[in-house]
Amino acid sequence: MKIAVTSTGKTLDSQVDPRFGRAACFVIIDTDTSDFTVIENENVAAAGGAGISSAKLVIDAGAQAVLTGNCGPNAQSTLSAASVKLYPGATGTVEQAVELFKRGKLNESAGPNVQAHISMDS
Amino acid sequence: MKDRFVIAIASGKGGTGKTTVATNLAHYLAALGQKVQYLDCDVEEPNGQIFLKPKITATCPVSIDIPHVDAQKCTACGRCGEICQYNAIICIKEHVLTFDELCHSCAGCWRICPADAIRPRPLNIGEIELGSAGDVHFVGGRLRIGSVRTVSLIKEVKKYIQDGHLTIVDVPPGTSCPVVEALKDADFVLLVTEPTPFGLNDLKLAVGLVREMKLPFGVVINRCGIGNDEVEKYCKAQNIEIVMRLPDDRRIAEEYSSGRMIVNIFAEYRKRFEKLCEHLQTAKEQLYEKRRLRIRRKNIS
Repeated sequence: MKIAVTSTGKTLDSQVDPRFGRAACFVIIDTDTSDFTVIENENVAAAGGAGISSAKLVIDAGAQAVLTGNCGPNAQSTLSAASVKLYPGATGTVEQAVELFKRGKLNESAGPNVQAHISMDS
Repeated sequence: MKDRFVIAIASGKGGTGKTTVATNLAHYLAALGQKVQYLDCDVEEPNGQIFLKPKITATCPVSIDIPHVDAQKCTACGRCGEICQYNAIICIKEHVLTFDELCHSCAGCWRICPADAIRPRPLNIGEIELGSAGDVHFVGGRLRIGSVRTVSLIKEVKKYIQDGHLTIVDVPPGTSCPVVEALKDADFVLLVTEPTPFGLNDLKLAVGLVREMKLPFGVVINRCGIGNDEVEKYCKAQNIEIVMRLPDDRRIAEEYSSGRMIVNIFAEYRKRFEKLCEHLQTAKEQLYEKRRLRIRRKNIS
């Protein structure tokens, strides 16, 4: 299965980016073959709605699960509309997170694990 | 030519005395027989009514339009999500999701929808209270708790600006979007500050903003006597006119705390507002002269 891991860099030994919406990169990895691609996240500096846009990005990339640090309510509801499973609380390197996921050590979350960052200054 | 003069009372720093200056000025001008409006645009924390004590005659709810999607009609084409610049509506597989708090009410999604599946629906963002405080016409905006649509509400409050009036706009503190919205179309801005390093720091930001917006302005220094003389030096160096000074007087604080107007109580401060009004009158005449010249130039060409 294809999963998306938020990453601070473009390799498997990069650290997991704790932010979902504004993660530097998404590593899209096939857990069966370990083949992966990297998507640079254009939403890093988005004015607002970064989580929603990033969720669409990983959905369009075909991911069926997301491993990240924190995920807010807007991103979570977008992911869940496409039945993408959310595994927050991932730390360490991308490779370590994927390994924990494969061994069933990461817990799936049914809801967001952080609050929305609402601001409307425009 | 529009017979209106809009005076905006702003500041970078909060708590410098915007509302004290705005309400006393409105009250003083009305007592002179001028037609005065007071608009409370500090909609996140309105407090002008505490001092003006208006008799409210109408309360108007304010709403903005946000999209409502009819899932039966939706073909999941995704055009709505493509046009939205704020990710307030997005098409994920066969579902269209909306995020009310991100919507800027641009109407793009319901206009572009080829299936006519999106309709605008109202979202309440607050209310506007109308009334009178003696001879001052009072208009006060109040944002609904939890709403983030400050700018939209300020826009609605400002629609009440009337020709034939002197309009006093109480602006929120800071230099962000709500402030810009409240300052738009002002004919003169009073920047209220205090003579402290904090006051100076935020005054500089506010001066940068009004200069960027090309608005004529003057500075009011409140609580003179505390802090240092850096604000005075800055104004002098920048060639900014200080149009009023109010001292750090315990009696002012006491009257303020009781919700009373200082122009009603202290003759010496009434004099200072009188002087301030003379400044504003000059600014108004300069503006009217400019408008006349512009009209004449237009007629010649």
